[in-house]
Amino acid sequence: MDDFIAARSQMALSLGFHIIFSCIGMVMPFFMAVSHYKWLKTNNEVYKNLTKAWSKGVAIFFATGAVSGTMLSFELGLLWPKFMDHAGPIFGMPFSLEGTAFFIEAIALGFFLYGWNKLNKWFHWFTGMVVGVSGLASGILVVAANAWMNSPAGFDFANGQYLNIDPIQAMFNKAWFSQALHMCLAAFTATGFAVAGVHALMILRDRNREFHLKAFKIAAVFACIGALLQPLSGDISAKDVARRQPAKLAAMEALYKTEKPAPLLIGGIVNEQDKTISGAIKIPGALSFLAHGDFGAEVKGLDQIPENEHPPVAVTHYAFQIMVGIGTLLMLIALVYFFNLIKRKPLLEQPWLLKLFVMAIPLGYVALEAGWVVTEVGRQPWIIYGIMRTKDAVTPMPGIAYSFYIFSAIYFSLSIIVTFLLYRQIKMVPVLYAKTESK
Amino acid sequence: MMKDVVITFLCIAILLYFLLGGADFGAGIIELFTSTKNRSKTRKTMYQAIGPVWEANHMWLIIAIVILFVGFPFIYTTMSVYLHIPLAIMLIGIIARGTAFVFRHYDAVKDDMQWLYNRIFRYSSFVTALFLGIIAGSLISGHIDTQATDFYTAYISGWLNWFSIAVGLFTVALCGFLAAIYLIGETKEAHDKKRFIKKAEVMNVAAVVFGAMVFIAAQRDKIPLIDWVFKSSVGLWAIVLASLSLVLLWYLLIKGKTKVLRILAGFQVTMILLAISYAHFPNFIRLKSGDAISLLTTVGPEKTIYSLGLALLLGSVLILPFLGYLFYKFQKKEE
Ligand code: HDD
Ligand code: HEM
Ligand code: HEM
Repeated sequence: MDDFIAARSQMALSLGFHIIFSCIGMVMPFFMAVSHYKWLKTNNEVYKNLTKAWSKGVAIFFATGAVSGTMLSFELGLLWPKFMDHAGPIFGMPFSLEGTAFFIEAIALGFFLYGWNKLNKWFHWFTGMVVGVSGLASGILVVAANAWMNSPAGFDFANGQYLNIDPIQAMFNKAWFSQALHMCLAAFTATGFAVAGVHALMILRDRNREFHLKAFKIAAVFACIGALLQPLSGDISAKDVARRQPAKLAAMEALYKTEKPAPLLIGGIVNEQDKTISGAIKIPGALSFLAHGDFGAEVKGLDQIPENEHPPVAVTHYAFQIMVGIGTLLMLIALVYFFNLIKRKPLLEQPWLLKLFVMAIPLGYVALEAGWVVTEVGRQPWIIYGIMRTKDAVTPMPGIAYSFYIFSAIYFSLSIIVTFLLYRQIKMVPVLYAKTESK
Repeated sequence: MMKDVVITFLCIAILLYFLLGGADFGAGIIELFTSTKNRSKTRKTMYQAIGPVWEANHMWLIIAIVILFVGFPFIYTTMSVYLHIPLAIMLIGIIARGTAFVFRHYDAVKDDMQWLYNRIFRYSSFVTALFLGIIAGSLISGHIDTQATDFYTAYISGWLNWFSIAVGLFTVALCGFLAAIYLIGETKEAHDKKRFIKKAEVMNVAAVVFGAMVFIAAQRDKIPLIDWVFKSSVGLWAIVLASLSLVLLWYLLIKGKTKVLRILAGFQVTMILLAISYAHFPNFIRLKSGDAISLLTTVGPEKTIYSLGLALLLGSVLILPFLGYLFYKFQKKEE
């Protein structure tokens, strides 16, 4: 394997791995806080057990998130030293604030996990909230760093020099808001559907009904609110991309030719050699509207962009289709669920709805990974958009392929173990939280 | 001004990572060298001792790294390129031990899997501490060659040399020592206390032996370690204080006064680090060409340093009270 490809793959793998755990770390504390609040208010033992059961899951994920995150902070240098030489001082601001957020999160988690019966109960609840809020804050901050790569700001670039550096301006770059908003919603949607789905499965199997029903309801509400807002925020993102990265937008839509008005293409097979797409469904004018809010607007195609600045079209396009397809589906599930809630139809008489949620377990995460592929692959060949090329940033050290194989093996085994542990946690629920038990 | 603030934070973060993270690695190392019949007890004590704070302990590494890549990017990238291999091994160690530590505690079923987690935890604790030391040693060893043209000189000999390895082993022993001292205060049973005291003794002896090895290797590799330590008054004082505190520490141990031990052990390690690093501070990496990369000359642009310093100050105002309370709350035993 070519070293450059290996470095990109290793980066993608590490980030793709980390994001799953960090989303759980950002979102689960809020689920727990709701359940914990209900326990404190109602004194219903089930809520306490639920909070504890979730917190054990979170501890497993948190540790995995923390070590993979530590890995990433080194990996930026191990794989992209020439990028970090220049980028570090510019986009470092969010990272240094993020450090604070992580620290607070780690401390609060210590209090939360070990504080049962040791702390004032409302202070204990509060520490759980702090875990969630600081997790969310760190997510927003780190996305600001990524957004800077898409939309560099806060410096002047002249003759290969980075001058007049202003880290604050770099942090509040143009891509930051839309990306951070979309990312936070994605975390809630993806984690919410995954958690709700697992509990739905348990309800269908008729295990500890009350426990799982309560869990399901908390997770499903978060998931569905996220899923309803996600397309709106996605639209903001798309308009943003059209403005700042026309090449990425063209790749997302496999728009090889500039068109006015431009149709929205759904699906289709991309042929990168011939620069064509076949078999796609065309919705006339829709892309113009999505990108510029006007059905007649012109949308820049790849023909207006120098060939050596084209991102990989097929990957970006397929990934975008997957994300939007899943986004639409999840939105529909959310609508059905809320409709059910309003009509006050009992969930247990609607096994098909529960089955829908079971089916959706992986979907949110698939959409989330796909979305990142759109953002990151769509930025290629740039590591700093318009400023530095990815291939100029890669480490001079040969043999990165081996490093990629080793880390792949590690991430693969970790995924297996984490899944296995989670399976065991769920399997043990009846034993650990039988009615009389309150340990 | 802000530059000094940032450098101070960097030093504090590195020091605390050595002390707290080190004690944490040490716990695994101790477990590795504990006879099978006492292991589960050691493990329990250890979990009670470090469980609540272990996540926070490892944040210092991230703080240090972030300060480096934001404030001193050239140092960060030089390390990343020329010490790629040991850094990657250390990272694998961090991943393995961090996850094994949590997995073995949170696995809902306690069965044969525990065997695997334990193995991974112990060996990776050892490897991580070893490579942490190797990396630290390599930075000052003067073996890093940024002009190298062949793979071996550029990416291997910078860290695979006697001096770095001796520092690595010395670090392992110090970590074990810190952990043993820490654990003495965590047990109530006299029998266990004795065991940990014994461990502390063994680790102490190991540290002395490996420390001597460090000096020998330095002589052999023409690293002016002796000059650094004995020709600068700060280095000399630090070594004297470290030795005095060691004597005091053993006296108190024999007397069975465990309260101040930790502070003394921490103080001692701090003094050792000070002795080794003071003379060439603020040089951070010594190169084969004879040049050195200094914190002062590679510092990032002014505005960056200013906001980094501000972020760190702000962060510590938010963090320190909270962290202090965490340590306090879980130090108090349920008496
Ligand atoms: C649960 C996950 C999820 C779902 C259902 C959606 N997205 Fe998304 N999307 C993400 C998760 C995500 C993401 C992983 O979080 C990304 C990657 C980078 C980012 O900021 O968010 C992303 C990026 C992203 C981008 C690129 C942003 C950029 O490069 O700055 C666009 C244009 C969209 N999305 C648009 C949409 C639309 C129109 C959706 C309609 C249904 C949609 N997304 C659903
Ligand atoms: C966690 C969610 C993220 C995922 C899943 C993700 C995914 C990816 C993928 C797939 C690539 C490879 C692109 C290619 O080479 O074709 C990549 C590259 C990269 N990403 Fe991300 N990314 C994420 C967030 C971030 C963030 C927050 C940052 C930085 C602050 C970042 C920095 C980078 C860098 C430096 C590269 C390598 C250079 C490049 O290929 O352009 N990523 N990422
Ligand atoms: C979009 C991308 C990312 C998001 C949303 C994100 C979010 C998070 C969150 C919420 C955590 C807390 C740990 C947990 O709850 O499991 C975490 C951990 C961590 N992340 Fe990320 N992260 C992202 C990418 C990155 C990148 C690119 C880096 C480094 C360059 C990074 C470095 C870290 C570190 C060092 C930790 C460990 C902190 C701890 O011990 O709590 N993350 N991340």
